[in-house]
Amino acid sequence: MGVSSVGEKNERVLTCIRCPRGCRVSVALGAEGGVESVSGNACPRGDSYARAEVTSPVRTVTTTVPVLGAGDGARVAVKTAREVPKSSVLDVVRALAGVTARAPVEMGDVVARGVAGTGVDVVATSRTR
Amino acid sequence: MTRAAAGENCYDVVIVGAGVSGCAIARELSRYHMSACVLEAEEDVCCGTSKANSAIVHAGFDAATGTLMARLNVEGSNLMGTLCEELSVDYERIGSLVVCTDEAERDGLEALLARGRANGVTDLRIVERDELRALEPNVSEAAVAALWAPTGAIVNPFQLTLALAETAAVNGVEFRFLSPVSGVTRVPDGLWELATAAGPVHARVVVNAAGVHADELHNLVCAPDDRLEVAPRRGQYHVLDVTAGAHVRHTVFALPTRLGKGVLVTPTTGGNLLVGPTAEDIDDKLGVDTTADGLAEVVHKAALTVRGVPFSERIRTFAGLRAHQPGHDFVIGEVPGAPGFVDCAAIESPGLSVAPAIGRMVAGIVCELLGGPAEKDGLLPRPGPVPDVARLGPEEWSALVAQRPAYGRVVCRCRTVTEGQVEDAIRRPLGARSLDGVKRRVEAGMGRCQGGFCSPRVAQILARELGVDLRTVTLAGPGSELAAGRVKDAWAAAAGEVAR
Amino acid sequence: MRRYDVIVVGGGPAGLAAATSARGGGRRSVLLLERDRELGGILNQCVHSGFGLVTFGEELTGPEYAARYVDAARGAGVEVLLDSMVLDVSSGSDGPRVTWVSPARGVESAGAGAVVLAMGCRERPAGALGIPGFRPAGVYTAGCAQRMVNREGLLPGREVVILGSGDIGLIMARRLTLEGAHVSCVAELMPYSSGLKRNVVQCLDDFGIPLLLSHTVTRVEGRRRVEAVEVSRVDDAGLPIPGSGVLYPCDTLLLSVGLLPENELSRAAGAELSAATRGPVVDDSLMTSVPGVFACGNVLHVHDLVDYVTQEAERAGECAGAWADGARGERQLVPLLPGTGVRYVVPQLLDVACMPEELVVRLRVDDVYERRSLVARAGREVVARRRRDILVPGEMEQVTLRREVLLGQGDPGTITIGLEA
Repeated sequence: MGVSSVGEKNERVLTCIRCPRGCRVSVALGAEGGVESVSGNACPRGDSYARAEVTSPVRTVTTTVPVLGAGDGARVAVKTAREVPKSSVLDVVRALAGVTARAPVEMGDVVARGVAGTGVDVVATSRTR
Repeated sequence: MTRAAAGENCYDVVIVGAGVSGCAIARELSRYHMSACVLEAEEDVCCGTSKANSAIVHAGFDAATGTLMARLNVEGSNLMGTLCEELSVDYERIGSLVVCTDEAERDGLEALLARGRANGVTDLRIVERDELRALEPNVSEAAVAALWAPTGAIVNPFQLTLALAETAAVNGVEFRFLSPVSGVTRVPDGLWELATAAGPVHARVVVNAAGVHADELHNLVCAPDDRLEVAPRRGQYHVLDVTAGAHVRHTVFALPTRLGKGVLVTPTTGGNLLVGPTAEDIDDKLGVDTTADGLAEVVHKAALTVRGVPFSERIRTFAGLRAHQPGHDFVIGEVPGAPGFVDCAAIESPGLSVAPAIGRMVAGIVCELLGGPAEKDGLLPRPGPVPDVARLGPEEWSALVAQRPAYGRVVCRCRTVTEGQVEDAIRRPLGARSLDGVKRRVEAGMGRCQGGFCSPRVAQILARELGVDLRTVTLAGPGSELAAGRVKDAWAAAAGEVAR
Repeated sequence: MRRYDVIVVGGGPAGLAAATSARGGGRRSVLLLERDRELGGILNQCVHSGFGLVTFGEELTGPEYAARYVDAARGAGVEVLLDSMVLDVSSGSDGPRVTWVSPARGVESAGAGAVVLAMGCRERPAGALGIPGFRPAGVYTAGCAQRMVNREGLLPGREVVILGSGDIGLIMARRLTLEGAHVSCVAELMPYSSGLKRNVVQCLDDFGIPLLLSHTVTRVEGRRRVEAVEVSRVDDAGLPIPGSGVLYPCDTLLLSVGLLPENELSRAAGAELSAATRGPVVDDSLMTSVPGVFACGNVLHVHDLVDYVTQEAERAGECAGAWADGARGERQLVPLLPGTGVRYVVPQLLDVACMPEELVVRLRVDDVYERRSLVARAGREVVARRRRDILVPGEMEQVTLRREVLLGQGDPGTITIGLEA
């Protein structure tokens, strides 16, 4: 994902993931960071993808945490309950480094609240017995 | 005979090297009242040449008549079947064929036949094209005749080495692993002192069965004009899945020609097809790496004797090192000027075939040097082999599961190996300590997925049985740990640094 | 001997869906045999999200997707045996027979009206590639590493090179990065990624991990643990270009170089296998060449999305159930063949008279194609056409055949699906 400066304007090039074609879409950004134009996309979906991805990219973060009281080495799968800003992805897993859950864990149980300043909870996506 | 009087770490005999030769010698010596120890550099028996070879028993027509190699080969070939039966080691006398693909080379075939007969190989004869086709339907179209040796066989080299070692251990031989010998010196009282990381070990008699490293030990004790040179000669192989195991019925060799030596194609006792080896003289005694050229050469040469080898069914490639010395014969016997230091060196091909004969011969030399130790009332048997559930009928298998439910939990799905068998591999005398150790004993991870599914399960069982952290489980001893750490430990460490 | 209407082999997504639909709302007895200690199969270790978009319109994680079908199977009253490894599927005079072993009860057998094979697939191992060099610790298939990381909390290594851009490899590039390892590159032999575009972007681009197309690993260094791997460029034939090798110091090499249907049981059952899919040859009811033995999911052919596995498995379960009920007429099977640019089609056989009103044929193309049509022809007549802007081998395609249209063709001889302009 390249960013190049042309005078006052920035251009971002990214790969559209709305279909397997993977268009290389160029997004011209104005001085205030607003999208001025989108090019290289073969269809309108590329335009909407590129605008969203450039202005406020978000991701769901998934990982696992250890479970206490469920046998040696037991772990539970977790995810952010909502998407978080892409820039926070690594902060989320760093913040989960010392986090543990306690058995029994049900799917959807909150494992960590408002992780890494995102305000988003981390919830279990698997169960333990 | 009692332990020599130098206190701890002192033995009547120390064998350096727990390959098939060292273990065969150890087993033979365990018939006698003496103190014996095997020092092995690696974490397990069967970690060098013994684990990476053609897994065949040569009939004995290859070696030059009159050589030690020729004599021991025929002797070893004759002993192997009985020994394997006694030790419950997989062995099949499937016979071998040396295929000639050029009428002009036929004299070579005749020469081989004559040599084999001179060496004492029985039942040898030349088979012509039609009979050859009937014997081996996938033989190359170009094949004109072959030397048929019904006494050629295949054997499981891991099982053989382990069974020899286990029997020796059960009968009092001590095994020390991760104990490379870094020095050998003559000390007073007629003893040898072997330097190891855990301190010196003393012995009245030393047997040098150190494989490709045997020259290093020899050269520490020999006269200046008696130096030994063991040059590693690498052999690369392809292993094909059991789906290809029946592609040939016998061990198929190529007749060596003016253009060079061919490769063999053979079934293994585990039902795979083995194709190789190359013969490359290299400098690196740890150089068990494969090369693109070497692997390609094997593919090319296999096609000269066997048609349509299905290399698409390949599941593994490997390389092993033969302990070659320029004189091309085994070096067995007391080193002149080094009383009590016995070489069992340069045991290159047919080293596996000769193991039973080498065991007897070297044990004889050692016993003589020790003044004829008293014999025990026979050998205690090793614990029975690990049950092979895949070969059991439903009732037998169920009975086993009723005794121990772990025999009903399949861990390795490719070779049908259960948790109970993996536990057995670890709990036996000289039990497995690593994934490879388990693999050699019960074949978990030896199948078509090459441990993709079972290695995490086997690692868990190893951790549990050995009482160690899962992180410390290895593929093949220290330095080959499977994991680098725990997930997020880097993040936790970074957070800790910030906190400080 | 015990008897069930339907026995399903494998409790992953395919087996779960097949068992539930075979149950027919409680009309039939169904036994589901799973070798692991829990249901869900490989989905249990796929903690990432992206499952279920087609089916549920939301992005579930693997365990969440599996849980829905586990609950459904349990709710439907499917009898489940865990820790039960099927050893053999054979045919008797009264239908198929399944033999399995478990720690609880040893070796057992049961007869069935129909059997559904749903054993899934396995990964092509390093040994199959014959990568030159040493064979140290630190070489893992991506799925094996996924289990270590996600189930056992182990980090396989700290500096990682990945060979192959299959989806599991891409997913693991992200997972390892998030867990504290550094992934230096993903090398892909082909000039295109074999994984989903979304995974290339979100698992590699997001973290600045380079995808080296037309590259492969040509050497592994390190006697006990991986110390480095050599990555070389390949030519158009996929052969390494001498002198192009770059040494990447690393402690781990992950392989994501292909999945193979796990068909040992299919073979034992006597089912004819396809060289293209490496799974059984099936007809439109997903029945193999062995009467009463059906197949679905990754054991039939490797899928890209689990949603399609589920769809296929539900149909296999239904058809197996109908077979067990005794519904079997004279079949007039027509071959369904891959045409230009198509690597395989599933099913490979079709009975026009008995097929459903609409039959989804799944297929994969053999290269990257832009602006083509997938065209099904019965003889020379076009019976279906689907316009595609882009087709890639990594993503499964489908064409829907309509019975009505085919019936209008008389005897079609064969039906071929290929790419046309």
